[in-house]
Amino acid sequence: MNQRQKSSTIAAACLVLSLAASSFVLHHVDQLRPQATLDEVLFLSSPKVIKRASLGYDGLMACIYWTRAVQYFGNRHHYYAASYNLLAPLLEITAHLDPHLVVAYEFGSSFLAPQPPFGAGQPKSAIDLMNYGIENNPDNWRLYYDLGFVYFTELKDYKNAAEAFARGSRVPNAHPFLKVLAAQMASHAGDYETARSLWMASYQNTQDKLIRQNAVDHLRALRVDEDVEHLQAAVTRFGERTGHLPASMEELATAERWARIPVDPDGHPYKLTPEGRIEIREPHDFQFATKGLPPGFKAWPTFDAPQP
Amino acid sequence: MNTRVAYIASNTFREAVRDRVLYNLIAFALLLSGAAILVGQISIEIEKLVVINLGLTAVSLFGVVIAIFIGIGLVSKEIEKRTLYTVLSRPVRRWEFIVGKFFGLAGTLVVNAFFMAIGVFAALFYVSHKFVRADALILVALYFIILEFVIICSLALLFSSFSSPLLSAVFAFSLFVIGSFAEDLRNFAGMAHGFTRWLATGAAYLVPNFSAFNVITSVAHEQPVAGQLILNNTLYAVFYAIMALSGAVLIFENRDLK
Repeated sequence: MNQRQKSSTIAAACLVLSLAASSFVLHHVDQLRPQATLDEVLFLSSPKVIKRASLGYDGLMACIYWTRAVQYFGNRHHYYAASYNLLAPLLEITAHLDPHLVVAYEFGSSFLAPQPPFGAGQPKSAIDLMNYGIENNPDNWRLYYDLGFVYFTELKDYKNAAEAFARGSRVPNAHPFLKVLAAQMASHAGDYETARSLWMASYQNTQDKLIRQNAVDHLRALRVDEDVEHLQAAVTRFGERTGHLPASMEELATAERWARIPVDPDGHPYKLTPEGRIEIREPHDFQFATKGLPPGFKAWPTFDAPQP
Repeated sequence: MNTRVAYIASNTFREAVRDRVLYNLIAFALLLSGAAILVGQISIEIEKLVVINLGLTAVSLFGVVIAIFIGIGLVSKEIEKRTLYTVLSRPVRRWEFIVGKFFGLAGTLVVNAFFMAIGVFAALFYVSHKFVRADALILVALYFIILEFVIICSLALLFSSFSSPLLSAVFAFSLFVIGSFAEDLRNFAGMAHGFTRWLATGAAYLVPNFSAFNVITSVAHEQPVAGQLILNNTLYAVFYAIMALSGAVLIFENRDLK
């Protein structure tokens, strides 16, 4: 081996070793700074400044900010976080950078509106985002649908929900069910019926697997809520008639002349507690159910900050 | 085209290729294929948008960087290496040298953009599995990017004709940034009064208006580009490049090369 080859070999070895050593040290540095503050920092928060700084390449910048919003939401959601402080500003920046990025409004509102841990619990911000989206994309009926959806599901604001659906129904090529939804809202039709229509519409109008699964989960939970409400009414009726609570579901079923004991969407019979409360047997299988849950049951724990 | 201009242009092109300028295509290919594969996993429903936005932005930025960094050395390097004297001692006029250099650099960028465009369409096919009629709009955006290169090449040559490479790079890049804000400058002029208004209006018309060439976002959303805009942008780029080249020729013709 001549001198040059020897130097080259030593340099190559040094390169590999120093690369390995620096990676090792960096790994330790990362451990010393758990979940570095990057996740919680928005260095530039003004959409106008960011738009200027993008030098006209605002479309790419919008895609980057949208991806950042998705990652932020996904990360917080994964750890059942109770706060989503950066979500609204990230979505606002995305929308200002590219006002025609419809996906940011559609998904953004479903990230912002629901209560934690399913969302940021900021329905007002979701409505602002949707209104900005409608202002810039007035011919997109889906945005009116999403706006009405937020008004109904999160705020129970029938008047504004009806108005949003009605405006959407007047958009060229709007889906006919918007008119039906507007009428249902205007007449304050049963919540379950309306909610079922909305979630069915959500299921039918997307190809996205996650959104479809979310709609299915909500539809299953709706059925549970409705069943539990009916069963609980039957228990009350039984008590009023006989002066005591039914001893079992069989006794209740006989008194109500049901052909069989009612079952949840998974086929498990509903449970009657000694206190006369109707409960589902597997509450973990119905994450969005609000009725029939054991006392103190929480489907999801919530944390204030992301866990490492 | 004048034969001597064509010779200088082809030599400029060959020199750029020899300088491994086209190696940027490798970085571009890696960037685009990486984005096409990864974005679907880390974001929601923007795969096609990212490929178009990232692809066209990269074509534009890579081209601008190449135009500036090669353009600024086209004249000064020839003077520094004293090869310019060999060229000018032959029956080549100074304006032919400048124009030849311009066409050589512009040609390099067109070839570069052509290969990048193939990459953009390949990545688009990878994420969409098909082409739709609206994808043809990408060609309009690419055409506008090439018009942008034409202007930047002429500006780089203009600065190269009287300044050092470092200063030329600073001037050219600054003009690129200012040109991206040209519409804001025009709006500012509209709001100003008196002398400031005249000054701002003058500046707004003097700096190149690059924002008019940027249709990447609208093309990504499949929004059509007006034929009138294509025509006007073409004329604007041609006139602006002629103006900058004329300036370069004027300076170079009067420059003492001894």
